[in-house]
Amino acid sequence: MAKVEDRAAAPSASLNDDIGEEMRLRMYRMQVELREAEQRAFDLFLQNLVKGTSHLSLGQEAVATGFAAAMKPGDLSFCTYRGHAHTLARGVAIEKVLGELMQRDNGLMRGKGGSMHLTSVDHGVMGSYAIIGAHLPIACGAAWRAQYKGSKDVAVCFFGDGTTNIGAFHEALNFASVWKLPVIFVCENNLYMEYTPIGDVTAVQHPAADRASAYGLPRIIIDGNDADEVFRAASAAYEKARAGGGPSLIECMTYRYSGHSRADPAKYRPEGELDKWKERDPIKIYRERLKQFGIKESIIADIDADVKRQVDDATEKCKAAPMPPLDILTTDVYADGGWAWRN
Amino acid sequence: MAELTYRDAVARGIAQEMTRDPDVVFLGEDVAKAGGVFKATVGLFEQFGPLRVRDTPISEQAILGAAMGAAMTGLKPIAEIMFSDFFAVCFDYIANEFAKSRYMSNGQLKCPLVVRTGNGAGSRFGAQHSQSVENWCMMIPGLKVVAPSNPRDVIGLLAAAVRDPDPVIFFEHKSLYATKGEVPDGEIVDTLGSAKILRPGKDATILALALMVPRALQAAEKLKSEHGIDCEVVDVRSLVPLDTQTILGSVARTHRLFTVEENPRLCGWGAEIVSIVADEAFYDLDGPPVRITTPHIPLPAADILEDIALPTVDRIAERVKRSLES
Repeated sequence: MAKVEDRAAAPSASLNDDIGEEMRLRMYRMQVELREAEQRAFDLFLQNLVKGTSHLSLGQEAVATGFAAAMKPGDLSFCTYRGHAHTLARGVAIEKVLGELMQRDNGLMRGKGGSMHLTSVDHGVMGSYAIIGAHLPIACGAAWRAQYKGSKDVAVCFFGDGTTNIGAFHEALNFASVWKLPVIFVCENNLYMEYTPIGDVTAVQHPAADRASAYGLPRIIIDGNDADEVFRAASAAYEKARAGGGPSLIECMTYRYSGHSRADPAKYRPEGELDKWKERDPIKIYRERLKQFGIKESIIADIDADVKRQVDDATEKCKAAPMPPLDILTTDVYADGGWAWRN
Repeated sequence: MAELTYRDAVARGIAQEMTRDPDVVFLGEDVAKAGGVFKATVGLFEQFGPLRVRDTPISEQAILGAAMGAAMTGLKPIAEIMFSDFFAVCFDYIANEFAKSRYMSNGQLKCPLVVRTGNGAGSRFGAQHSQSVENWCMMIPGLKVVAPSNPRDVIGLLAAAVRDPDPVIFFEHKSLYATKGEVPDGEIVDTLGSAKILRPGKDATILALALMVPRALQAAEKLKSEHGIDCEVVDVRSLVPLDTQTILGSVARTHRLFTVEENPRLCGWGAEIVSIVADEAFYDLDGPPVRITTPHIPLPAADILEDIALPTVDRIAERVKRSLES
């Protein structure tokens, strides 16, 4: 893997530390849920039940988990098209996400948005954005509202390494820094911008962190496959933002197990790279840590079985759900609920 | 009642809404301490302070993105894009983001924001600072599009735009900033989607927008005094929503339709209106509808070239006369 420098504090050796048993069990369950739900999305795609495109987060579960677990209820998530995991991590029901991927009436947006635009305002998921970089400035605006209203809410914006080479990234970083906005920019560096290694198209080694100094921000790179490390880095950034200390940019080193999107078999990766990363699988790391900390194997097995059952239940509900009614084609174009542009 | 410039009406309109609602905030390049490059926002920074009236970097994507994020979460932002030509560098927000978020989220997300922008020719700025781009926005489902022609409408339509729950693109015409008009005292709130008949007439309907409105009115006077042709002039004011009923009603009375558009010819706003009239009022027409536009060219800088590119009073009058006589 790429070198991880400037690490946050190394995982502690005790169950009863700052993270604690309850949060660790929660984060374990969350990672398993994200893994199982994404794997199911892939299986359903092979059965032609998930339509359109889909961008999976298999292998990147620790990033979504650590950041979501450290959030408070008023905090707002802004995701990319690779947003299933971040949406689920805020507590959105698996059925609502799979239903949207299957373009059913029980989906989060009743099939009107699709896989790339998962949104659940009730859970603080303020949208998933399919134009690279678009949501960084938008997250700034949500942070501006929090700053203006004097609330302690933080806007958290997730994006991939490829996003660091688009203009909106640089506009947003400078803007957030100048306005001292409570926004966290989270780069999930999975080493590939779509099909091309990020290093082939970027002037610096660490596409996000090596740009931080240009915006007056500290260089932060963390192990994105270790949920504890992610949780701690996230907590520190949220605390800084809530205290009026302005934005943070955090580069999380991770790896996606699948291709960029469902059409991509990821043949461009060197042989053995995937296997090497799977040795550092986030769920494997976490399961071993729980065992080291003395959590009984039966508790872990119960969580695994319970999540599997949840995903199975959600899948069955989605398969049984109707397609959306045709009359929603023209609803919600404008705030009056309709699409009228003339009298 | 007081006489006010179009430029001062902008500041008064924003101030009216910021006074009424503390959630109205304003951002843009040079808008706060400098009072705007067109001096249309002078005094707002002093009146409402640095938390509500904010200067931004030259980052149009950040400006519109931040406006969107603020609007989604409960504020009512007014964002300024200095020249409408710059929409091209932040068009993602206009075309893909705030126009579509309500629909894509099945009604979960809202974007009650206003984008104000300096639009149009006449300043001899050349092809990248002079365009009329209302049609860039008119074609996008989810947006509302307004272009006032006089100080009173600036205040009233701006107030309506700020209070509207949808994203509104508000086109101010740079060549109208110095023009004056009577403005009543007190609060002014207009309605989006209402055209205005500024001059009744029986022989032909002339539709115009923004800077083309005063030219259409002058052309109508000329046609009346020189040729006895009595034109009805309609200020379209709002392209989305479009007041189709006022337009169809006028055509039903005059039986002839002319549009006066500052945009280059292809896909200008008048094309859509002519299409509607052809669909729905074909048998009201006594002759083919005529679009009077800028040719399909980028705008030149030289004054003598720019002046002949845009529809002039003489060109409007001549074209109407020729059509009615044929």
